[in-house]
Amino acid sequence: MAGLSIFDIAGSGMNAQSLRLNLVASNISNANSIASSAAEVYKSRQPVFAAELDKAMNTQNATSKVNVLGVVESQDAPVMEYAPHHPMADKDGYIFKSNVNTVEEMANMMSASRSYQNNIEVLNTAKQMMLQTLKMGQ
Amino acid sequence: MAINFDTALGIEPKALAFREKRGEILAANLANADTPNFKARDVDFKAVLKQSMASGVSMERTHAGHIASPQQLFGANLMYRNPNQVSLDGNTVEAHVEQAKYAENAVQYQASLQFINNKFSGLMTALKGQ
Repeated sequence: MAGLSIFDIAGSGMNAQSLRLNLVASNISNANSIASSAAEVYKSRQPVFAAELDKAMNTQNATSKVNVLGVVESQDAPVMEYAPHHPMADKDGYIFKSNVNTVEEMANMMSASRSYQNNIEVLNTAKQMMLQTLKMGQ
Repeated sequence: MAINFDTALGIEPKALAFREKRGEILAANLANADTPNFKARDVDFKAVLKQSMASGVSMERTHAGHIASPQQLFGANLMYRNPNQVSLDGNTVEAHVEQAKYAENAVQYQASLQFINNKFSGLMTALKGQ
């Protein structure tokens, strides 16, 4: 049944969105992590989505799944705070806080969860359509 | 008089196949709602209908240098959707538009299915002769 590829497509979308949700969870839980140098501190992580190009270029098949190319770390500078009494302070008395923007991550979370829901709706509708097709002529 | 499924069912099976394929395209649009530079696609039912009603002749590619015809679905060109609002990441998927189209397509699929089912039950009535 050709209609089963809807399940693949929606599944790939759900995969991508759940990875994004996982990264949001990781970012938010590490929003207050601190370190004693800029290199060690936790940096915000974001997924990179791309449409599966080989299928997009194929003349026979116009549908494309979502491909997660990888996860990139934000290049924004970490927040430096002067806290000379902190046990993790460096020799100048600074601690480094992660560059996670909590508000941005919350917005990201909502977007990801809505997109996930969208894909589930697509899948449910496709499932109903297929089940009805199986009953054709009865 | 033999019962011929092709004449009995008419264009409905083709319509069903088209709806299924369009469902896939719209599902791909929705799945890629957050993919940068993804362009939403769709196909015009009117063009498909026109194409399948007319027995058209298509040009054949006999040389690799010939320009390939655009991506086609049931003889109609696969188009890119014009977004109502453009986004900075080059993505033209508008989730609400795609959702509406997907729902529309699902209902039309069920309508085609219902037509086929009714035709089958008509055939059954004719066979039983009751």
